[in-house]
Amino acid sequence: MKPISIAATAPHAEAGPQPPLSIRGMTVSYGQSPVVFSVDAAFPEGSMTAIIGPNGAGKSTLLKATLGILRPLSGTVTVHARPLNDQRHRIAYVPQRASVDWDFPTTVLDVVLMGLSRELGLLWPVRSRHRQKVLDCLARVGMAEFADRQIGQLSGGQQQRVFLARALAQDADLYVLDEPFAGVDAATEKAIIAVLKTLKAEGKTVIAVHHDLSTVVDYFDRVLILNIRKIAEGTVAEAFTETNLQAAYGGRLATAQMGALG
Amino acid sequence: MLWQALTLQLGYNATLVAIGAMLLGIAAGVSGSFLFLRRRALVSDAISHATLPGVGLAFILMVALGGEGRNLAGLLAGSAISAAVGLLCVQWLTRNTRLAEDSAIGAVLSVFFGFGIVLLTVIQTMQAGRQAGLDSLLLGATAGMLRSDAILIAAGGALTLVLTLILRRPMIMVAFDEDYAAARGLNVRQVDLATMALVLAVTVVGLKIVGLILIVALLIIPPVTARFWTDRTARLWLLSGVIGGLSAYTGAAISASAPQLPTGPIIVLTSFALFVLSLAFAPGRGVLAAVLRHAAFQRRVHMRQGLLALAQGQPIYERYTIRLLRRAGLARADGVATEAGRARAAKALLDENRWDILRAMPDHEAAAALYDGMRPIETVVTKDQLTEIDARLPAPREVTA
Repeated sequence: MKPISIAATAPHAEAGPQPPLSIRGMTVSYGQSPVVFSVDAAFPEGSMTAIIGPNGAGKSTLLKATLGILRPLSGTVTVHARPLNDQRHRIAYVPQRASVDWDFPTTVLDVVLMGLSRELGLLWPVRSRHRQKVLDCLARVGMAEFADRQIGQLSGGQQQRVFLARALAQDADLYVLDEPFAGVDAATEKAIIAVLKTLKAEGKTVIAVHHDLSTVVDYFDRVLILNIRKIAEGTVAEAFTETNLQAAYGGRLATAQMGALG
Repeated sequence: MLWQALTLQLGYNATLVAIGAMLLGIAAGVSGSFLFLRRRALVSDAISHATLPGVGLAFILMVALGGEGRNLAGLLAGSAISAAVGLLCVQWLTRNTRLAEDSAIGAVLSVFFGFGIVLLTVIQTMQAGRQAGLDSLLLGATAGMLRSDAILIAAGGALTLVLTLILRRPMIMVAFDEDYAAARGLNVRQVDLATMALVLAVTVVGLKIVGLILIVALLIIPPVTARFWTDRTARLWLLSGVIGGLSAYTGAAISASAPQLPTGPIIVLTSFALFVLSLAFAPGRGVLAAVLRHAAFQRRVHMRQGLLALAQGQPIYERYTIRLLRRAGLARADGVATEAGRARAAKALLDENRWDILRAMPDHEAAAALYDGMRPIETVVTKDQLTEIDARLPAPREVTA
């Protein structure tokens, strides 16, 4: 068995002085068995990181605990070296598409308007500049003409793009996405990755749970390989290796997928 | 008499009661919408049944202190406290035991209601209890309502409505996407608690008019009815408020003209009538619309299949298809295409071939995704794209009759 890396024993030399997001000693459990155990990670500014690992490795759980959606057993999260709760406005979260009821009586426009909730507060009326902002964000994901549709009438890929537009409306600098490419059509995958690459070019930080090993090299510049514990973290060149993938996936890694390694 | 009641000509008190009921109904419809959107509608049932012990205890306490046991404000305060305790019990059971919420609701509802009934029975035997009329709080009654009671109900309804509108954005966000709301820093538990508190307020304020057994209906039926008519959140709660207000107003007015009728059931029956109308006739989500849509769809499928069969010279076996083609003048009774039928069949086949090409073109995925076997291709591509597609068509063949 591999030795367990205990929190705070491995400082992140390569991370900049104040990484946009850093996680220390994160442990989450449902009942008695941990689903994420003592994970440290730092995500440097302007990087694009894929969180990969087999099913049940705790990828989504790690994200949710990091953002305070789940209460972790232990662990601290800092955003630009400050506590998460002061910095929430700098984070845009794109949840899994399956996590909401798409028969909910609301329109594409109204969903993206939720991204402006900080500006709108409880009672400020929605003005034409807000509406314009929403349409701009929708246009960036190629969904502008769908603004008035009920969300249930959209295809899966379109729904995912609406979620991304809502995140864009927040004007955040850290984007956290949970399986953005799961079950979407090829056109949507292209549209989403184009938007994410633009964000990265603007110096924003992107973190995504990702399940398709064959596209890791093309889409991302860093990986965090997870299987309850952290297996590896670093640039694609140094961390996305056969040894690390074997350690994470074990026998579940099909030989075909190994071809993805550049 | 009924008309006079509905047009507020039964005197000052009846008018006040009707207006109070209407405000309560609006508040119930609007706050119920957010409960409905959060899929927690049944919690209101636990809350309302848990008011009863509070009513009994408040009565006993007020009498023991030498006061007037029937003081509505006192009874409502007591019911609010015991409803809150009931709500906390449901939450505690759901969070800290393996019981699911529905089981917790059932347990709390029956225990609290049973305890309340015991208390009412005890009160009936008390000297001061004979005239209490507390059982009117079960089904609601507007007869003999004091002016101050009506004002209390109107003010309570209006206040709850205002608070609900102030909190609507966080409530909608939590109802639609709990995880996203939490990631934005909203405290989901507090928002849920606020929603429940609003529902509790409506329940308590509505005890006298609707009664605790049926207040659930005023919270749930209006949003469910409104859902038939709209796909927008803002319209849902607005419409739900209108339906709730209308039902409560009608119920209170009818009950004022016929005092022996309990108010709660009339309010519920009124809203139920609106629900049935919506269920049957609403465009889009209504039953009738769904049946008609299905029939039209079936007709289009048969028509298309028939035309493609004609174009490819295949026999048609389905009688319904032949009947459709015949009625449209496209085929004879023996299934042979007419002149017009041959033209339409050729067009259908051309369409199908064009779709095949479109679906193989990687640049037109979005348009190709609209393929359903029936949509005319001209409606999804531009003229230029159509020319591009036609250039790839195989050489035209003779369509066999």
